[in-house]
Order: sequence, then structure tokens, then C-alpha cells
Amino acid sequence: MLAKLRLDRRSVVAGAGALALAGILAGAGPASAENVLKIGVLGVMSGPAASWGLVNKYCAEATAQMVNDKGGVEIGGEKYRIQIVSVDDRNDPKLTVSGAERLIQQEGIRYIIGPNVDTTAASVRPVAEKNGAIYFPYAFSKSLYTPPAGNAVLGMIASYQAGPIIYKYLMDKAGVKSVAFVARNEADPLNQRNEGVDAAKKLGLRIVSADDTYEPGTTDFFPVMSKVVAGNPDLIVLSGAAPADSPLLIRAARELGYNGVLSTETAQDIKVLNEGAGKNADGFISVGGASTPEIRSAYMEDFVKRYEKIAGEWNDEAGTKVYALEIILATLQKAGKDAITDTNLYKKTLDGFSMKNPFLKQDAELRYVGTSYFGQKRQIGVPMVVNQVENGRFKTLFVGSVE
Amino acid sequence: MQQILVNGVVLSANYALIALGITLIFSIMNILNFAHGQMFMIGGFMVYYVYGVHGLSYGLALATAALVAGAIGALFEIGLFRRVKRIAAREENSMLLAVGTALLLENGALFAFGEKQRGVPPVVGGVYRIGDAFLPANRLLVVLVSLALIAALLLFVQYTKPGRAMRALAQDREVTCLMGVDVGRISVLGFALGAALAGLAGGLLVTVSGVNAGIGTAVSTKAFIMIMIGGAGVVAGSILGAVALGFAEAIGYALLPGSVTYLLIFVGMILFLCFRPQGLMGKPWG
Repeated sequence: MLAKLRLDRRSVVAGAGALALAGILAGAGPASAENVLKIGVLGVMSGPAASWGLVNKYCAEATAQMVNDKGGVEIGGEKYRIQIVSVDDRNDPKLTVSGAERLIQQEGIRYIIGPNVDTTAASVRPVAEKNGAIYFPYAFSKSLYTPPAGNAVLGMIASYQAGPIIYKYLMDKAGVKSVAFVARNEADPLNQRNEGVDAAKKLGLRIVSADDTYEPGTTDFFPVMSKVVAGNPDLIVLSGAAPADSPLLIRAARELGYNGVLSTETAQDIKVLNEGAGKNADGFISVGGASTPEIRSAYMEDFVKRYEKIAGEWNDEAGTKVYALEIILATLQKAGKDAITDTNLYKKTLDGFSMKNPFLKQDAELRYVGTSYFGQKRQIGVPMVVNQVENGRFKTLFVGSVE
Repeated sequence: MQQILVNGVVLSANYALIALGITLIFSIMNILNFAHGQMFMIGGFMVYYVYGVHGLSYGLALATAALVAGAIGALFEIGLFRRVKRIAAREENSMLLAVGTALLLENGALFAFGEKQRGVPPVVGGVYRIGDAFLPANRLLVVLVSLALIAALLLFVQYTKPGRAMRALAQDREVTCLMGVDVGRISVLGFALGAALAGLAGGLLVTVSGVNAGIGTAVSTKAFIMIMIGGAGVVAGSILGAVALGFAEAIGYALLPGSVTYLLIFVGMILFLCFRPQGLMGKPWG
């Protein structure tokens, strides 16, 4: 067997020559005449937060494959095959800037999905604005989307949009009167905590504690949760909790005897919660997108299968990130083929754009929102799906929306 | 207060196991193994697949974690570090190689195991009450196994022939050579043992903290803090460093705003190193 695998120099050279010839022939064939629409994905795809950017990448690749299998997307009477170009920024703003420059200047890309956090998203802004590119961050800083900024479109529901609605729901349905916040000691989660505290105060909740944080890479959450649980709040909010941290925080709280409600405003994955927290995850509330089977359309089911082929397994985080490429393509169809290179045409289309949400079973509109938060439509109108864990599965509590 | 003590003991025992492996490799090879956290991660994934996914016994899973991490450590020593140490004139070369192996393992794990956080159910269920403090039975088990492993390692290093050879190698490489010790074999054994300890620590803590492909860097950072406090290359010092970090974390999280805890730990460590750069138990001459 090993002998068969051994290659001598002659066969290597012959193989390389054949590959080169095949490449030339392929380049000279019909494929070269095909229109290609390149879409960038820029985000963290390695290190502890890899899942955030990789889920974006897998979602874009799954959507692109589905579109390409149908012959591509028709824009202005011409068919375009979608090509996804991904860059890992390792959550480092320096790499984000160089990645954005590569995507925009070298690849000629005008539409970029990502990046994932406030610092990296802010670093893209000058590059995108200078070169007329539009980017779709998964970061919540309002300044990214508020005039004079105009080239960023928030890709999901922000914590300050979901938080107050979840707190109000819990006040009405579970009698929650007091709340404690715990956050990862990083810019995004701390901002989300501050927004959450403000929202809770406005709703009249008593803030038991809000200054407890943990370092990125914490492996034992018992010490930090000991203090949080000691305050005995009715609700513990895990501000900006990464899917890796949530099950450990939940488990630590429950093992410390906490019986109240735990929630977060970020998207989570049920398998990760079940493996990390087991039955302790029951009752945990988080935000989803089109992730629960009870609300998925047949198109979403197809997407899930495609995603599984690409990524190896489904990730519920993808339920919030499935929307970006779908709405980019639909908006380009409406804006016309000149919008592929001229993003001003794309921006002009945002206000009146509307399509049927293809991922939900129920009849729902998908459009751009955000006017009441940013003064302009710079957010994908992802439905606010609030889930609760019940017997090891996500159950949708309610589906809301933002304006 | 009781909860702080319990948290401090649990953290110290966990950290000691992490610190021992890295200090063993440093003392024998004079290599700061930047891939130590990644060995921890590999151990965690082994237990996840053997115990969590395939449902085999936890003991077998832990043994697999130690064997796989140890084998990777041995291969790194034989295939990479030995050659670089032989041909490189500068010590930084082996450090850069160690960083390279860390990135290799991290990206390999991301490719092989995916981006998701993985976890396994606790080996034993239930929570004990010690006065006002809570101590989950699983954490107690992890502490006891960690203490047993630490004791076993100390006995091995102190009383066995290979252990004595390791200590001799740590003290003076040339004299050890002259005494007829097979330095190559002992180096492989030391590297493999250090990596296996990291794998065991990962395998033990996966029941508490889970594992993901990117966890290694944070684990390595904590390991470096511990050996800097205790004294690089001194086994007893690494345990002392682990106790200092474990209790500093437990006390800090309980009494201070969370973000201040590690700020103070780093400030304290810098000040400490200004006055005692060799750490608590390290010798000033190396």
C-alpha cells in the first residue's frame, strides 16, 4: 500500500504538468465566460472566538452553493455565479484592516459579511467608506450604523434591542423583580452589559450586581459565579456570553444552588449547551434566528442540510447569520447590476426594500430596519426569535421584530 | 469566606497539574513550551471523544489523553526540538519553534475537531455542602485525582532512576552526560511526561470547563504566570505558583470587581519579578 503511494520525481513533474495543463484548459473553457459575483467574509475564524466568524463563512458558503446549484443569481438580466472569499482577522483590528484592503482593493469586492466585534468592525469603516464598500458587521456599537456612518449594515438583532423585550417578558411571565449581570471582560460584552443595565433600570428592575466580569479563556467559573449567586437575584443576565462560556456559567450557577432565571441576548447552540450544562440548561433563555425546527421553512431545512455538509454539523448560531447573503443578493437584484460595483445604488434601495422571509414557515417580511435606533435603515430585519431550553431542546417563546 | 477557600483549593489543584508539566519540560530541556496549552486542549478532546462521544470508561479516556499528548510531545522532541537545539546557536530558535508547534496544534485541532465548544457530563453527580460553601462532587474528584497525580510525579522524580536522571539533567546537562546517562532518552521522556501531564489536566478539566480548539493560549498564559511566580524549572515552585494564582483568583473574584482581579494579578507579578526575578523558589543563577 505504501509503495503505491510513493512518488518518484518524474511522476511528480508529470503530475504537476498535467495539473497546470488542466488549469489552462479549464481557464480557457466555458467557465471563464461566466459572470462571477464575489462576496467577502471577514471575521475571526481561529482562536477562542473562531465559531463567530466560521459560522458566517459556512452560512455564506452554504447559501452560495444553493444559489450556484440553481445556475446562479440573476441580476439585471444576467446570471452570476457566487464566489465567497474569506479572510480570518483573528479578532485583531490590524488584520481586519489588511483583510478589508485585500478584499476590496485586490479582489474588487464591494460587499463584505463581517467582522464580528466592535473593535474590528470600527477598524473597517475608513477602508469601506474610502473605497465605497458595504459591510455587514455582527457588532452592536451604534456609531457604526448612525450617520455620518453609512456603509455598515448590522447583520443581526443587537443586545440592546433584545434585552429589554426579554426582561419585560420575564417581569410579566415569571415575576422577575431583580437582576444581576455578569460579562466577559472585553469591549463588546461590557458594552452589552452597560446597555442591559440601562434597559433594566428603565423597566424598574432592581440591579443586584453589575460589575462582575471574567477573563477571556476562563476555565473555572465557580469563583465569579459564587459572588453573583450570593446576591440571589431573580434573573442573571450573561451579557454578550460566547457560546463556549454560557454552559459553564449556567452549570456553575446551578451547582451553587441558584434556582432563578438565566438569560443572554446572544445566539447559542443547543448541542453546546447540552454537552456543557446538561439538564442545568433547562429554562435558559437566548436569542435565535431561524433556528428552531418548529418555525423553519422547507428552504431553511435545505439550508441546514447544506450547512451540515460544509461544516460537518449544524450550529444554531447560524440561525441568526443565515440572512446576510440572502438579503444582499435580493437587494442587488432590485438595485440592478450596476449596484454590484456602485454601492450608492445599493444604499438607495435599502429604504423601500422588502422580500418574503424565505427561512420562516409563517408568512413574514424581510427588510432593512434600524431607523428608530440609528436614524437610518442600516440593519437586516432578522426576526427576534427568543428561545428557551426545554428538555434539551430549544423551544421558541416568541418571535418579535425591531423597527 | 468558606466558598473562597473551597474555590481557591480547587483552582490551585487544577493549576498545579498544568504548571507541573510546563516546568518539567523547561527544567530538562530549557525550552519554554508555548504549546503546553494546546497539549491540554488535545487531552480535553481525547476525553471528549472517548468518554463523551463513544461512552467508554473515564479512566480509559484519561489514559488516552495522557498517551496521545505524551506521544505528540515525544514526537516534537525527537523530530523538531532535538534538531533545532543541536544546530541553532540562539535559544530563541527553540522558543520560536515552540510557538510554531502551538499554532500548528491549534489550527490542526480547529480543522479536525471543529469550532464548537465541547463538553462531557460530570463523572460523578451531586454537590457537597461544606459549611456555607458548595463543592460539586465532580470538582472534588478532579482535585483528588490532581493531587494523586502530583504526588505520583513527585515520587517518580524523587525516587526512580529515570526521575533522578531528569533531576540531574535539569541541574547540569554536561555532567549528566559524563555520568553515562542517555540524555536523548531522558529528554524524550521528560518532554513526553510534561506533555502527558498537560493532556491529563485537559482530560480532567474537560468535565468541569469543557474544551475548544482555541483554549490553549489562555491555559499557556496561566501556566507561564505560575512558573514565573514559583520559579521556572523548579517543581515545588510551580506548585507554589499554582496555589498563589488559584487563591489570588478566588479571593479577587469574591472581593473585587471582576475586571480588577487579573489587572492586580499582573501588576503584582510585575512588581514581584522586579524584586525577585527568579521567582519564589528559583535560583538567581538559573
